[in-house]
Amino acid sequence: MILVTVGMQLGFDRLITAMDTIAPSLGMEVIAQTGKGNYAPKNMTAHQSIAPAEFEELVQKSRLIVSHAGIGTVLTAQRFATPIVLFPRRFDHGEHRNDHQVATVRNLAGRSGLLVAMDEADLAPTIAKGLATKGQSAEPSATAQQLHAAIGNFIEGRAI
Amino acid sequence: MLLRAKLECYNVCWATTDPDVAKQHGIAEVETLPDCNQNRPVRALLCAFVALWLILKRRPDIVLSTGAAPGFFCLLAGRLIGARTLWIDSVANGEDLSLCGKLSKRLAHECLTQWPDLADEPQVKYRGAVL
Repeated sequence: MILVTVGMQLGFDRLITAMDTIAPSLGMEVIAQTGKGNYAPKNMTAHQSIAPAEFEELVQKSRLIVSHAGIGTVLTAQRFATPIVLFPRRFDHGEHRNDHQVATVRNLAGRSGLLVAMDEADLAPTIAKGLATKGQSAEPSATAQQLHAAIGNFIEGRAI
Repeated sequence: MLLRAKLECYNVCWATTDPDVAKQHGIAEVETLPDCNQNRPVRALLCAFVALWLILKRRPDIVLSTGAAPGFFCLLAGRLIGARTLWIDSVANGEDLSLCGKLSKRLAHECLTQWPDLADEPQVKYRGAVL
């Protein structure tokens, strides 16, 4: 199963429409959390919102997540070692108040189990790559270990 | 919650605007604050009072905030009672520090960003990220 999510705050019809087009060729169920979008998917099981507990369960069961570049989803995917394809919201399409999601994917690109599709044409090939990857490592990343060490130092009154 | 493993060896009081998140992670005892932001001044004031009350009640040695206005109010209240305070700006802020993050540069004992490009030593340090 593939899980598509656009976050709870805004719709993201460009991603939902593109995924609805691709869905029949994927050969597996596609569940989409569509937010406050206008497009009604025909080839995916759509929910406007999914409760956090249920969402986590779906992330755990998914082979791949396709998501807007929301940090919350990236963190959840990382927690369950589920590979993720990020499709950033773009300011020039009126999808967010600025281009911070484009900046986010630039910063995250190259991490294990994390792939980026910058536009609709890029989406299908990136999903194919994502389905072929093993997923993210469940081990804390080097940067997470560094942050944990800094917090430990702060609590113990050492220099961070 | 991603920092929980690191904190487990200490006596931790969790405060959140959404107690369901704590429940979901199996944390039974949690303090709840009203959510607020800069566009809702009355609610922000209420949140500040709840934060102050909470800090006076629990008397923490250390206040650690992972972002947003309610956490910032806890941090300020922590300063009033002499706690040491650490601000960790949300990993969601990759372009610029949050407003509370900027205020924390001066008001918290330490201010961390989770993006190397936003570090501005010694006031804003980068020491890794939850990702």
